[in-house]
Amino acid sequence: MATTEPTGVIDTETSTKRGDAVFAGLARSAGILIMVALAGVGIFLLVEGAPAISASGEQAYGKDNIVLFVWPLLYGTLLAALIAMIIATPLAVGVALVISHYAPRRVARSLGYLIDLLAAVPSVVYGLWGRAVLAPAILPVYQWLSETLGWLPFFEGPATTGRTILTASIVLAVMALPIITAICREVFAQTPRMHEEAALALGATRWEMIRMTVFPYARSGVISAVMLGLGRALGETMAVAMVLSVSGLVTINLVSGQNPSTIAANIALNFGNASGTKINVLIFSGLVLFVVSFAVNFLGRWIASRGQVKA
Amino acid sequence: MTDLQTPEAPQLPAATLSLTRPQLPRWAPLLAGVVSLGVGGLVALIAGWGLVPVAIVAWVVFFVGLPAWSAAVEGRRASIDRLVTTVAWTTFGLAMIPLVSLVYEVIGNGHSAISWAFFNNSMRGVLGEGGGIYHAILGTVIITACATVISVPIGVLAAIYLVEYGKKNRLARTITFLVDVMTGIPSIVAGLFAFALFTLIFGPGVRFGIGGAIALSVLMIPIVVRATEEMLKLVPDELREASYALGVPKWRTIVKVVLPTALGGIITGVTLAIARVAGETAPLLIIVGTTTSVNLNPFDGRMATLPVFIFSSVTTGGRYEAFNTERAWGAALVLVAIVMLLNLLARFIGAIFAPKTGR
Repeated sequence: MATTEPTGVIDTETSTKRGDAVFAGLARSAGILIMVALAGVGIFLLVEGAPAISASGEQAYGKDNIVLFVWPLLYGTLLAALIAMIIATPLAVGVALVISHYAPRRVARSLGYLIDLLAAVPSVVYGLWGRAVLAPAILPVYQWLSETLGWLPFFEGPATTGRTILTASIVLAVMALPIITAICREVFAQTPRMHEEAALALGATRWEMIRMTVFPYARSGVISAVMLGLGRALGETMAVAMVLSVSGLVTINLVSGQNPSTIAANIALNFGNASGTKINVLIFSGLVLFVVSFAVNFLGRWIASRGQVKA
Repeated sequence: MTDLQTPEAPQLPAATLSLTRPQLPRWAPLLAGVVSLGVGGLVALIAGWGLVPVAIVAWVVFFVGLPAWSAAVEGRRASIDRLVTTVAWTTFGLAMIPLVSLVYEVIGNGHSAISWAFFNNSMRGVLGEGGGIYHAILGTVIITACATVISVPIGVLAAIYLVEYGKKNRLARTITFLVDVMTGIPSIVAGLFAFALFTLIFGPGVRFGIGGAIALSVLMIPIVVRATEEMLKLVPDELREASYALGVPKWRTIVKVVLPTALGGIITGVTLAIARVAGETAPLLIIVGTTTSVNLNPFDGRMATLPVFIFSSVTTGGRYEAFNTERAWGAALVLVAIVMLLNLLARFIGAIFAPKTGR
């Protein structure tokens, strides 16, 4: 140290400091850029969507004002996502239990990988599959439903096509399943081993052990998983756009050819032909979708983080 | 204490006093499975049904039979346990149906379209037979590559900030939370964002490849950040401290010590992110559009991409629908193959570079 020339020390120190400052600045600005991008998504959609507020008639696709235009789409979006969650949640919890508690340790890994493959399939391929394979295959089921359970408003029919909102929801459920499963799996696996072994030592069967130790521990995790799956189902575009035969009606009839569309599918189907204010109208509906799915995701993450603090 | 010496206790039948209860043998579920399959097969032979009703009948027999047998031998609690086990495995089986069916259909319908010409031709001037996906593959590769070039530096640097500099301060926590929320942005909203942005800059009706890359980056950055963050957290602090002790400045420690240690995991994460965005359709539909001929310039004009090619082939309809549908299945097979290969590659890299954990 004593032999080092003072000037040299100062030089390396300043260059070190400069390097550190530059690198730290780069890293921080990358982080801030992400925040700006997220804010930008909201702001640009707002700017481009704003002219739609005064749109009416031809510009708003024949609706009197923007609310009347967005409402049926929002209804369809929520309905499809809700049914998808009703289908996907029990399945996902069951699959997650199989992987975390039922399957032998060695098999569980590859089973998890199979479920991850479901998540890897592009949405447009799901759309193609839903349209060309699932819809024709499921039509007899819909006909049977509308004949035997036609007195229920959901299955009123007439079942003339398989491309109904129920089919779209099934495809959405398949797409949301891997996300819900992945999070549930993680939460189930985090159950304290001691709790499980204590339950087993007291003579509980495996199911009683799961009911008494795993489920109470994992409740908030499962709820947040469902919220995140819901967020995915709300924003999913291609599966719905390709599967659904759309009429834009607000109806609770799930198996007829007259189906409400969803926001995302409506944008995808109409954006190519839109011009002028119509584009603003579509962007405005996209803004509504952004706000809704942001809120759902926010809530899901919030529940998850609250659960973590508690644990 | 007197309660314990109730007169009833000695009079209990010998069986209940035994410490063990009768149990079904280990092979009981297997036997039940074989029997129910047999019953299903028999019913099918008599009634002449197809494969699906056989499976349903066999499942019902198993679902009722095994718990009933268990209830008779082992008692109610064990029977419920077996019932729930059956339900759990059933959910897994149900979840596998779409995957198996999808793979089967994509290969079955797609393989006939695959040929050398299919990869080597664009759709320029093609209406009916012939044509190919050369232009769409190139478009997908170019746009995905641009998105990767944009996302990886931003994502990795942001993750470095979160792990190395932020250390749980307020900004870092906010960014972490927003990244989590950002993973949930609907893909079509990302496309609308890019469209709105470039409409404000270049005026209405804008369509070009880089816009698609920006939209995909919005979806890709959060995945890269999360993957990199997890990997950087795994790098042991001893390595950093050893480097600091040698007088190495922090930024050189990160570049020369931390990043190389975490490199395998980061590459895995980036590969998975590429696989995820390569199949995205909605944003590209909005901002890139589609075309029938080859366009190699992402800064000018519409480009075809595989996902949008599939979508537009299927939804066009009309006179040449049969040819369009066949090409769509072929393109779907290629797209699924690309995505699955990227996934396999990511697992492979991940397995090679996986840090040795204690377990």
